[in-house]
Amino acid sequence: MSPYEPLIGAVVFLVFSGLVLLFSSKKIRTKFPPVFRKLSAAQKLRRAIGLAVEDGSRIHVSLGNSSMIDPANASALAGLSTLSRIGQLASTSDLPPMCTSGSGDLQILSQDVLRGSASDTHTLSQFDPVLARMTGVTPFSYALGAIESSQDSGTSAYVLMGDFGPEAGLLLDGAENQGAYKLAGSNSLIAQSIFFAVADDTLIGEEMFAMPAYLGSQAVHQASLRVQDILRFLIVLILLGAVVSSLAGWL
Amino acid sequence: MKSPLSMLVAVLSGLLVLAGYFFPFPALIAIRTPMLDWAVTLAGIAGLVAIINLMVGVHLKRLREPGSKRFFSIVVIISFLMVAVFGFYLGPADQKFQRVVTAIQTPIETSLMALLAITLTYSSLKMLQRQRNWMGFVFFLSVILFLVINSGILAFSAEIPVLQDLLSGFHQIPAAGARGILLGIALGSLAAGVRILIGSDKPYSG
Repeated sequence: MSPYEPLIGAVVFLVFSGLVLLFSSKKIRTKFPPVFRKLSAAQKLRRAIGLAVEDGSRIHVSLGNSSMIDPANASALAGLSTLSRIGQLASTSDLPPMCTSGSGDLQILSQDVLRGSASDTHTLSQFDPVLARMTGVTPFSYALGAIESSQDSGTSAYVLMGDFGPEAGLLLDGAENQGAYKLAGSNSLIAQSIFFAVADDTLIGEEMFAMPAYLGSQAVHQASLRVQDILRFLIVLILLGAVVSSLAGWL
Repeated sequence: MKSPLSMLVAVLSGLLVLAGYFFPFPALIAIRTPMLDWAVTLAGIAGLVAIINLMVGVHLKRLREPGSKRFFSIVVIISFLMVAVFGFYLGPADQKFQRVVTAIQTPIETSLMALLAITLTYSSLKMLQRQRNWMGFVFFLSVILFLVINSGILAFSAEIPVLQDLLSGFHQIPAAGARGILLGIALGSLAAGVRILIGSDKPYSG
């Protein structure tokens, strides 16, 4: 690793944080309201939540296998934010959402998120700690345990957001057999390709991290989405600059 | 109600670990290393708590309910108790213990992998029904194309320079696409991390 890499990382982190705080301010949001492209998966998820509330069925959120001490945990963090929002949106349902994961720390965090959502929406009487569970410690045991959990609980929508491997195919097949709506997103390229073939809607790349913002979370989610767009534009410019420089023989 | 103290502890811990990564000064490393060790220990304890939650909260509860799934819960509980007892008694590094566990786990997971192969093949065939758009069509064509290229059928291309260059070019396409997706994921991960470090996203209540 070059000695400059940590410094570049620190600068990117500070700039990103500064811009997120700037775009979160009410003044900027009022002056330049955020405009995002339409994400049909988010609209369908909202519809699925509405249907689940109406017909008294459950929404199942799967957070994958990564542990919080794993570098791949950012996708599970996005999954936790989405779970929190789903918990709030489905608060009027007879059956609160359930969450399965493949690691102990995610199980505890998801339990806490579900309790927090129930507390915020004054539905603590419906909260059951067992609705957040670790179904297995290896990828396949986790997948089979998650399928079995959703069969028990009358699931009508299945949301997979986290770090998955090929076992996600079994999970989605289980959901397909129940006739549930399937929305899936992952940081893993293998999982994304499987999701594209099997799920009803797939979140490609950064779309998964944008889901909390599309479900109408806090202003900071929307601000971070705007900053992501700015940085993506900068990266594209840098890549194009590098290509032109290389073709011109300057590099 | 989120506890401000738990948020403060989480944000400060995150910032200290991050600072130790960006600026590896001895003082920061001295703080960062034990904090990461604590995190690993806590993750282990969380795993134990989650297993107990699964056994007591799900499977023991199911024993009191009528239904065919009661039998599977009995199998799970007995298997868990046997592994736990022998694991504690012999130690997880014991050769015989590892051999028995692996001899059960490996065939089961291999069978599941075989089942997955059939499931995915069937799903791929059904994909064009589900994804009736140009993205689905391109995905399907790409799958067929790269299955053919990677199958070895075109091994004779080594003798035809033009075809070899063409195939070499095709091999670059997935790498380019993957790089684009990974850049998006990296930006999204950065956003998720920043939201937690500035205390706006709190997957904990304290």
